[in-house]
Amino acid sequence: MDGWKIRRSLSAIWRGLALSFVTLVGSITLFVLTVVSIALIPLGVGVLTTPALVAAVRKHANQRRLLAATWSDVRIAVPYRPFPPDVRGGITGQVERCTLLLKDPATWRDLQWLLIDMTVGSVIALLTFALNVYALEGFVLAAGLWRVFRNEPYWYGFVPVDSQLTGLAAAALGLVLLALGLRFASDLLRLHFLLARPLLAPTHGEALALRIERLTESRHDAVDTSAAELRRIERDLHDGAQARLVAMGMDLGTVEALIEKDPARAKALIGQARQSSAEALTELRDLVRGIHPPVLAERGLGDAVKALALRLPVPAEVSVELTGRAAAPVESAAYFAVSEALTNVVKHAGADRIWVDLSYGEGMLRIAVTDDGGGGAVIGKGSGLSGLERRLGTFDGILAVSSPAGGPTMVTMEIPCELS
Amino acid sequence: MRVVLAEDLFLLRDGLVRMLEAYDFEILAAVESGPELTRALAELTPDIAVVDVRLPPSHTDEGLQCALAARQARPGLPVLVLSQHVEQLYARELLADGNGGVGYLLKDRVFDADQFIDAVRRVAAGGTAMDPQVISQLLSRRARDRPIGGLTPREREVMELMAQGRSNAAIAAQLVITERSVAKHTSNIFGKLGLPVSDDDNRRVLAVLAYLDRDS
Repeated sequence: MDGWKIRRSLSAIWRGLALSFVTLVGSITLFVLTVVSIALIPLGVGVLTTPALVAAVRKHANQRRLLAATWSDVRIAVPYRPFPPDVRGGITGQVERCTLLLKDPATWRDLQWLLIDMTVGSVIALLTFALNVYALEGFVLAAGLWRVFRNEPYWYGFVPVDSQLTGLAAAALGLVLLALGLRFASDLLRLHFLLARPLLAPTHGEALALRIERLTESRHDAVDTSAAELRRIERDLHDGAQARLVAMGMDLGTVEALIEKDPARAKALIGQARQSSAEALTELRDLVRGIHPPVLAERGLGDAVKALALRLPVPAEVSVELTGRAAAPVESAAYFAVSEALTNVVKHAGADRIWVDLSYGEGMLRIAVTDDGGGGAVIGKGSGLSGLERRLGTFDGILAVSSPAGGPTMVTMEIPCELS
Repeated sequence: MRVVLAEDLFLLRDGLVRMLEAYDFEILAAVESGPELTRALAELTPDIAVVDVRLPPSHTDEGLQCALAARQARPGLPVLVLSQHVEQLYARELLADGNGGVGYLLKDRVFDADQFIDAVRRVAAGGTAMDPQVISQLLSRRARDRPIGGLTPREREVMELMAQGRSNAAIAAQLVITERSVAKHTSNIFGKLGLPVSDDDNRRVLAVLAYLDRDS
């Protein structure tokens, strides 16, 4: 075993000890309190306490899901149904919340998990630590502790210790146990999380229900956004290019009438018509850029983002590591997401420099926009970032923002897709 | 002067052919797709190629790619690229080989026949024709960093026109000043920006463009 593996085993041992503590104290307390609280619902008191306790249980379970992912790379999805947005306040709201929680199968599965967690779960967690401590006891016996048991043999594992010789045998067994304990510490820890997974993860039905909910939501967003986009395009065409063409037609009509009577004015009007056509073209060009930027169509995402960066008033470095092109809708969504993120930076961050990284790996298109501005950006109501999140949501993409006060700000986006 | 023209929209191709012929250009070939353009440039010996960026069959930047490839095969082959939109990124690629004989203009510029023909002749002679929009993009990016080398407003105007590839005579005519004062402004500009002075018009243009495009 090399140093890295031993260090990993040692951290698994400490984590196991910490976990067994959490399971024994946290899970038992929460289980007892929640069961009592639910039992008290007929008396009325339970209605008030249950939602708070269920929330605590969920927090406890979520913490375990997080640990499973960070410590043992065991990924457990969150199964809870979201509250409908129109839950009322006051006592009625409390009753409503309580009913909703009790109707959510995940609540009951969490309780079952608490039961498993405080028994088998805690034993497994403790085993990572106990196995190694017990191994050390073998050495202590060999070192001299055997003298205490000279008259009455002490059973260390299957070795009756009552002399130096048997003490040494205990040490040998301890050595074997220590080797096993170190070797399997991180596996035991993983086993603990794997045991929790069947109850903590959503059932197939729940997973589907959650998925449907998300899809409905993102479909609404997508439909709303595209309807709004169409309205904007219609308005722009109506007030812009269309109006210019009308003006041009009128000018040309006047020219037709004037050309013999007043050639000088006719010439001026022709100039005016040409001006209108140039303006119409400019407006159409800007409009097209907003619908589907030409560089994106011609060159793909990498160069389109580079071209975008060249137009920014802030110097931006773009690095692209893409081996192919994503599907057109994904490219377009990614482009406008980057564009929105960059606009945000220029408007709010007060940055001197921007870095954009595009890469692809494990079926994910990854985009990071970093700036050296003031930081403090949040995903919230009305901020450009929540618009970004909605935009990505349609493609099952996700957005993460790290923006401590004082900066730097890093906006990371991931969109699952295939490259061709 | 012999021209190879590539433009996929019939109306525009036809209009360009007629305009160029009216100004005594000889059209060697007027093609409508990338492969045809590549073949025409390989087989014929035009003095200039006038090329639309976006061409069939892929409708991506095929025209630009064909033009760049042809310039690799024949360094210095004058190429004037036309597009519905201009991108600094493309301008950079066209200018990258530093050979001159490059033009990059919005299609709108054909509205003004005199100026357009002037640009074609300039590029065919090994000069440069950059769309004013490219230059203003470059300048607006620069403006935030610092006022460019402390130029006076007039010098800035002269530099803008110079970057588009205009000759001293054309700049003088446009700004209604004498050619002598254009020359004076030019040497001031080069002094202030710390660029090497050169008598060659095209070298001068390329130097200014490179200066503007340099990342700060």
